[in-house]
Amino acid sequence: MRTSKGARVGQYLALLGYLVFLAFPFVWLISTAFKPPRELASLHPTWIPRNPTLANFRQAFDEQPLLQAAFNSLVAALGAAVIAVLVATPMAYVMARHRTRLAKAATGWVVVSQAFPFVLVIIPLFLVLKNLRLINSLPGLVMVYVVWALPFALWMLVGYVRAVPTELEEAAAVDGAGKLRTLVSITAPLLAPGIVATALFAFISAWNEFFFALVLLKTPEKQTLPVVLTHFIGAEGVADLGPLAAAAFLATLPSLVVFAIIQKRITGGMLAGAVKS
Amino acid sequence: MTLATATRRSTKRARGGGGERRPADHGAWFLVLPALIPILVLSVGPLLYGIALAFTDSQSGRTRSTQWIGVLNFQDLLHDTLFWDSFRIGLLWAVGVTVPQFLLALGLALLLNQELRLRWLARALAIVPWAMPEVVVGVMWRLVYNPDAGILNETLRDLGLGDGRDWLSGLATALPAVIVVGVWAGMPQTTVALLAGLQNTPRELHEAAAMDGAGAWRRFRTVTWPALRPVALAITALNLIWNFNSFALVYVLTNGGPGGRTRLPMLFAYEEAFRYGQFGYAAAMGCVMVALISVLLAVFLVGRLRGGEDA
Repeated sequence: MRTSKGARVGQYLALLGYLVFLAFPFVWLISTAFKPPRELASLHPTWIPRNPTLANFRQAFDEQPLLQAAFNSLVAALGAAVIAVLVATPMAYVMARHRTRLAKAATGWVVVSQAFPFVLVIIPLFLVLKNLRLINSLPGLVMVYVVWALPFALWMLVGYVRAVPTELEEAAAVDGAGKLRTLVSITAPLLAPGIVATALFAFISAWNEFFFALVLLKTPEKQTLPVVLTHFIGAEGVADLGPLAAAAFLATLPSLVVFAIIQKRITGGMLAGAVKS
Repeated sequence: MTLATATRRSTKRARGGGGERRPADHGAWFLVLPALIPILVLSVGPLLYGIALAFTDSQSGRTRSTQWIGVLNFQDLLHDTLFWDSFRIGLLWAVGVTVPQFLLALGLALLLNQELRLRWLARALAIVPWAMPEVVVGVMWRLVYNPDAGILNETLRDLGLGDGRDWLSGLATALPAVIVVGVWAGMPQTTVALLAGLQNTPRELHEAAAMDGAGAWRRFRTVTWPALRPVALAITALNLIWNFNSFALVYVLTNGGPGGRTRLPMLFAYEEAFRYGQFGYAAAMGCVMVALISVLLAVFLVGRLRGGEDA
C-alpha cells in the first residue's frame, strides 16, 4: 500500500520516540552500573561513564550474598519449570483433546486464577507451609511456584497440542497403544519445542517473581535474587547507587538471555502473519 | 486453521460416539491427576481457606485459638478510611496505567505492523521490559528519578526546565511518577497482543477501502478496529486486573509512600498481614478485592457479548 512521504516521516518520528522511551531507563541502568563513585556523586551526571569500572560489581558481591541468591533463584526457577511442565503436559493434552466437564472446569480455572489477588492465597499458604515447616525453604517456594506457573503453562501447552495433528494418535490407538503410551511416544516428541518454550517461560517467571519469595523466605542465605536486591535499598530508602545498579543489571541478564532465545516462540505464534520480516 | 480444527472435532465426535469413548475418558482422569492435585491442594484449597479466614480473628503469634467472628472484619473494613484510600489509589493506578498503556501500545503495534527500517530494534527493545524482573524495573526507575544523580532531573536542567525535583517523594508527583513506570513495564505484553490482533485485519478489505479513497483514520475505524476489538477488550480487562493487584513495582519504588499516596491495596494488605500479623483482616481485604475484580470481569464479559452481537 502507498504511504505519503509526510506520513512516512511522521511514522519514523513516532518510532524514534518509542525507541527513546523504551531504551533510556535501561541505558541509564547500565551506565550507572559502570560508573566510579566520583562520577556517581557528580551533580551533573553523564550518559556515558568517563572512567568505566567494575568496582560496583565487586562491592555488590561484598555487600550482599549475591552468589547464594543467584543459586537459590536458579534452584527455585529450574524446579518450578521442570515440575510445572511435567504435570501440565498431560493435563494440557486432555484439555486440548477432550471436551469433558473437567477440561472445561480447568479452562475456567486458568482464566479465574488470573484474577486472584495473591494476598488471599498467600495468607493460608503461609499458615499451611508454616505447619509443614516449609517456610524459609526452597522446596516450599518451588511448590508455590509450580501452582503459580500452571495456568500460563496450561494455556501455552493447550495451544501447542492443538497444533499437533490427531491422525498420528489415532493410528497409534488403532495399533492398540494406550493413552499414556500414545502421549509419551507419539505426541510428546512433536510437542518438544512447545514444551521447552513453556518451561523456559515458567523459568523466567519464577526467576523474576518477588511477592511469594518476599513472604516465604526469611533469612538472607535462603532468599532469591529479587528479594536480596531490595536489601541494597536501605530502610530509609537510601541506596548505594553503583552496587545497586550493578546487582540489578546482573539479576536481569539471565532472563534477558533466556527471553531472547524463546522470544520468537512466545510472540512468534501470536505475530505470525502480522509481522513478516 | 479454525476451520480445520472444527472439521477435525466434528469427525472425531462422529467417529467416537457411544460407548467407545468411555475408556479414553478413563485415561483422561489419570492424565489430569498430576496437575489437578497440586492445583486443588495449593491453589483452590488456600483460596477457600483464605475466604474462610476473612470471617475469623486469625492473627500471627497468638496463643489463644482463632475464633469465628462473622462479618466483623468486613464491618471494620467499611469504616477503615485508610483501606478505602488505598482502594481509590488502586483504581486510579489501574486505570491510570491501563489507558495510556493501551494507547501507546496500539500506536507501537500499528507502527510495527508497517514496513519500517528500525522495526527490528523497536521489537527487540519492546521485549526488554517484559523480560526484566519487576524489582529490577523498580530499581532502574529509582535511578532515573534520583533527585541528584538521576538522568531525568539532569535532562530537565539541560533543557532549562527548572531544577528538577524528588519525584518519588513529592506528595503530588509520586503517583504520576509510579504510573509512568507501570506504563513502561506493561507495554510489551499489550503491544504483542495487539500486534497479534492486527493480523485479524483482512488485508484485502484494507486495500479496497484505500482504493475507495478512505483516509487513514477512516480505514482504522471501519476496518482495523472492528477486527482488533476482541483482543483489545480482553487485554484491557486483564491489564486492569493485573494492575489493580500489582505489588513489586510500587513496593520497590516508593513502598507506598509518601504518606500513603501510592499505597496500593496489595501493599496495604501485605503490611496488614505480614507486618502487623492481622491475617483475618487482611484476608477480608482480599475478599473485597476479589469482589471488585469479579464486577470488572462481569462488565467486561457483558461488553464482549454485546460486541459479538454487533459483529
